[in-house]
This record gives sequence, structure tokens and C-alpha cells, in this order.
Amino acid sequence: MLALALPALLVILLLVVLPVGWLAWQSVYHDGFTLANYRRIWSEDIYWRSFALTFEIAVLVTLLALLLGYPIAYAASVAPKRWAIVILALVVLPFWTSVLVRAYAWLALLQRTGVINQVLRQIGVIDEPLALVHNTFGTVVATLHILLPFMVLPLYATMQQIPRDLMQAGASLGAGPTLTFWRIFLPLSLPGVLAGSTLVFVLTLGFYITPELLGGGRTIMISMLVSRNVELYDQWGAASAVGVVLLVAVGLIFFAVSRFIPLDRVLGQK
Amino acid sequence: MMIASCCRRALLGVSLGVLATLSALPASADQITFVSQGGAYQKAQTVAILDPSAKKLGITINQDSIPDAWPAVKSQVASGKPTWDVVDMPTGNCLRGGEQGLVEKLDFAKLPNAATMPEAYRSAYSVTYEFYSSVLAFSRKKFPDAAPSSWADFWDVKKFPGRRALRNHPFATLEAALMADGVAPDKLYPLDVDRAFRKLEEIKPSITVWWTSGAQSAQLLNDGEVDMVMAWNGRVSALMGEGAKVGFTFNQGILQSTSLCILKGAPNLATAVRFVNEAVDPVHQANLPLHIDYGPANPKAFDTGVIKPERVAQLPSAPDNASKQALMSYAWWSSPAGEAAEKRWVSFMQK
Repeated sequence: MLALALPALLVILLLVVLPVGWLAWQSVYHDGFTLANYRRIWSEDIYWRSFALTFEIAVLVTLLALLLGYPIAYAASVAPKRWAIVILALVVLPFWTSVLVRAYAWLALLQRTGVINQVLRQIGVIDEPLALVHNTFGTVVATLHILLPFMVLPLYATMQQIPRDLMQAGASLGAGPTLTFWRIFLPLSLPGVLAGSTLVFVLTLGFYITPELLGGGRTIMISMLVSRNVELYDQWGAASAVGVVLLVAVGLIFFAVSRFIPLDRVLGQK
Repeated sequence: MMIASCCRRALLGVSLGVLATLSALPASADQITFVSQGGAYQKAQTVAILDPSAKKLGITINQDSIPDAWPAVKSQVASGKPTWDVVDMPTGNCLRGGEQGLVEKLDFAKLPNAATMPEAYRSAYSVTYEFYSSVLAFSRKKFPDAAPSSWADFWDVKKFPGRRALRNHPFATLEAALMADGVAPDKLYPLDVDRAFRKLEEIKPSITVWWTSGAQSAQLLNDGEVDMVMAWNGRVSALMGEGAKVGFTFNQGILQSTSLCILKGAPNLATAVRFVNEAVDPVHQANLPLHIDYGPANPKAFDTGVIKPERVAQLPSAPDNASKQALMSYAWWSSPAGEAAEKRWVSFMQK
């Protein structure tokens, strides 16, 4: 078995471990050992503000994705097979469009002269166009749209495996639909919730094009500081240090979370 | 294309082997590799400047393109075996390259065409190649009669109510702020950075979007998302050409440029020098604005008769237009004070 996994391991080593390691090395080594890149992150407010904003957006997007994605996945898991396929196809369909095109599509929908504002004005709901884009709101909406499938698919995979007889057993013992959902279905779907949330949360942390195009210049997420540091400091290390800090921060968060939630039991339950 | 793909990969440090093989090939004396930013801009140069120069000098010009050449220039020179000879990049990068020993010092005795250009248009390491301008553009729908015509007007939200956009970058934006505060276009440098940021704080609440790409600035104005914007003249004139109800003024525009410079240790140094001289030849230079909305770097281009008077009036570097504008000092922007101002920008944007 190990021999079969060898090519994949080699690819990971070559394409992930070595470049990331090289970048991390650059962040502490530039004409000699230096902590200047980390000292800068520690001492300048802009990094803290961007980290805070990035985590704020990531939490918000994860919660909204869960709120929107859970009912969709639930519907797909209880619907007849034919309908489940239709629902999942609709969820996955946007995948076929590039992130860039979708960002521009949101611009066409959300901007001052965009579809939503035009309609709302015509039916007399608003007098002045709403500021729906070129701010954090527009960034969150578009990010949510892009990442929703990453929430729905793991949820669906988990929900599908929940044996229906458990709910019937619950019902036969006198529990109503609400109680069986809360006491039986929801706890059993938690691994999916955790997997989907983790995916969405981590992917949001690295978003670049969406905030760049829809954030109006004010929504400065951490990936934008990475690219700015390449331009400003002329060395990879200044940029990769920001990435290393992000990586460590995420690692710490998951470590902390794992202390409270028994991750291995939730994910690998038998 | 072989060369193009090779150098990008080399930049990523992935296939240094390919690079080594290529640079081991014997360098022919009568060819150079020229690098610019690609797209319509590089196509226009090919017709106006590159092909005619190659023909006149009897050399082959291999082309490569990259949106931001600077990191590649650094890694190529650091490798000790650069494959590029001449690079067209923002003038500031040529100056930084000179300071950091990445770019060859120029001998103007060998560059007669460049030697007659104004001093402000060249440095020890670079020759200006073409000009564009950051101008005040506005919607004619919103301002059919009296349009804003100076940065003071742009800052005057009472006289000119409306939504505004500026570039999400300190270049030209700090200059505009100082002109709005009453500094004369020819007295800008060294920039009073504190004063400029104070003035920007004043207009900040009225800025709807801080744009990052040229395409975005044009889209904002065209869609009516904003009523006035600082934008590059070529982007606005392209909209005007498509019939959009927009306009702009060269008054208090900030004249910016890209320059040619030669990589340190360029494989075809002597030919590269000959090419740089030829590229700023008045006639080739005069041909450029026939294909794209950029102005020639060599003012003598306007004496050749190649550019028709109505076209001259549209060009940022035409003498009448240039005299209304501020010439960006790349020397200041690449000085420690300029770099400090650049680093201050994000902090300003976040607050």
C-alpha cells in the first residue's frame, strides 16, 4: 500500500512541502538570519487590523454558509433521488464559472445602477440606491456564493449516511419530528457541519480576488497584504512571513477548538 | 512563446534547468530580447517601434511580456545569467534597478536620440519610452455644463456634488491632494506627505470606490457608479471613443511614464544600446500614438509632422498639454521619503 501512495507523497513533497518550506525559510533568512519581517507584523497596526477583519469575515461567511447550506443539504438528503440530483446540480453549477466572472456578475447585480437597486427603486421600496457593493457586505455576499458548495457537499455526504430507521425508532417511541431532528438527526450530522465549516472558514481566510474587486479598496484582507508586501519590500520573505503568521494562527485556532470539541470522535466516529 | 513560458517558470524557481539550457545557447550579436507589458500596448509598440527598429538596425527583436517585470528582473540578474536585454517598465523601477545594481548605467554618447531629450525625461539608467497621465475624468450626464476642471473642484463636494473614485495607490493621488490644497504643479516635490494625507482625509468620506485596476476605473465611470474619477487618460478616451458620455481634462493631470532600461549583464549589451537609441527615434516615437492613446517620450516626435494636429491635442505629452500638468518625479518616489509614503497608504485606507 505504501508503495502505491509513494507517487502522491512525492508530488506533495515537491509541490507543497518544498515551496512552502522555502517561503517560510525566506521569511527568516535574507542576507543572514533576521526577524525583521515578523517584527514588522508585530509592530504595525495594519497587520492586526487585516487579520481581525479577515477572521471576522471568515466567521461570518462560515455561519451564513451553514445557515443557508444546512437546509439545502437536508432537502437533498430527504428528497427522492431524482430531485436530490437536481438540487446538487444547482449547487455545483456555479463551480463551472470562474471566480473572476462571478465577481463581475455580482458587481452587475449589486452596484448603484445594478439590477437589485433598479428593481427596488422601480417598485418604490427605496428612493436612494443602497450601498450593496464596494464594501464588506458585497465581499461577504460574493464569498458566500463561491463557498456555499463547500458547505453543502460535506453536509449532504454525512446526512445521506444517517440511517433513517433511527428517526423511525425515535418516532415509534413517541418523539415528534422536531424532537427527532434535534436529538437524533442534528447530532449525527455534526461531522458534516464540522467538515463543511472547516473548509469554508479556511478557504475564506485566503480570499483575494473577491475582496479586491468588490471591497471598494477598504476591505483589506490578509491576502491583499501578502501581495502588497511583495511589491513594497521587494523580497518574498516580507510576504511569506504574513502567510506563516496566518498558518500558525489557524493551527492555534484548530488546536484550541480541538480541546473543547473531540474532533477525532466527531470526524472518525464508528 | 518558448522564451516567455521559460522565464515565467524560472521566476517561480521551478524549472531553472530550462533556463540554464536556454542561456547556454550562443548569444548572437544581432538579436535582443525585449520585454514589455503585453496586450494592446505591446502590439501597438510592435507596429510603431519594434518592427521598424529591427528593420532599420538589421537585428532580430525577440519579445516577451509580463505584467510586472520587476520581480523577474531581480531574479534574472541575481541568477547571473539574465536572458532579457531591454525592459520597458515603470520609470521608478528602472531607477530602483539602477540603485540596486540590476540595471546597466547608460552612456549617452552612444544614445544620440536620447541625449537630446529633456533632462527630466531620462536618468543615468533609463530613457523615458512613453507617457500617460492620471487625469480628472467626469460624467457628462451628471455635469452637462460646468464640469470639474481641477483637483480643487474634485475636492469641492458642495459645488460639484456626486460620487467619486480615486486610485487605491499613493502614486498621483498624493500629488492630486496637494494640488487640491493649492500647491502649484511644478512645486510639488519633495511632496509634503503629511499635508497630502490630511487633504485626503478631507475627501475620504466622499470616495465611493478606491479602484485597483485601470479597467475598473473605466467601468465605474461608464456604469454611472461614480460621477468623477481620477483615471488614466487612455482609459477615458477609449470610453469616449465608444460613445460614452464622459470627458476629462489634462489640467493638473499627473504625467507618468514607463522607461527603457538594460539589465545588468544583458547577453546582447551592445545591440541593446543600439536598440534603446533607435526606440526613441522621433519618427518611431511619433508612430506610437497612431496606434494607442499614449504620448511619445521624445518631444521631437511632435516636429516630425507624422501626428495630425487633432491627434496631438489628445496626447498627454504634447507640449500644450504637458505644460498644464505635473511631471511625476520617480526619483522622489524611489527615495526613502517616497517609499515611506507608499508604506503609509494601507494604514490610511484602513482607518
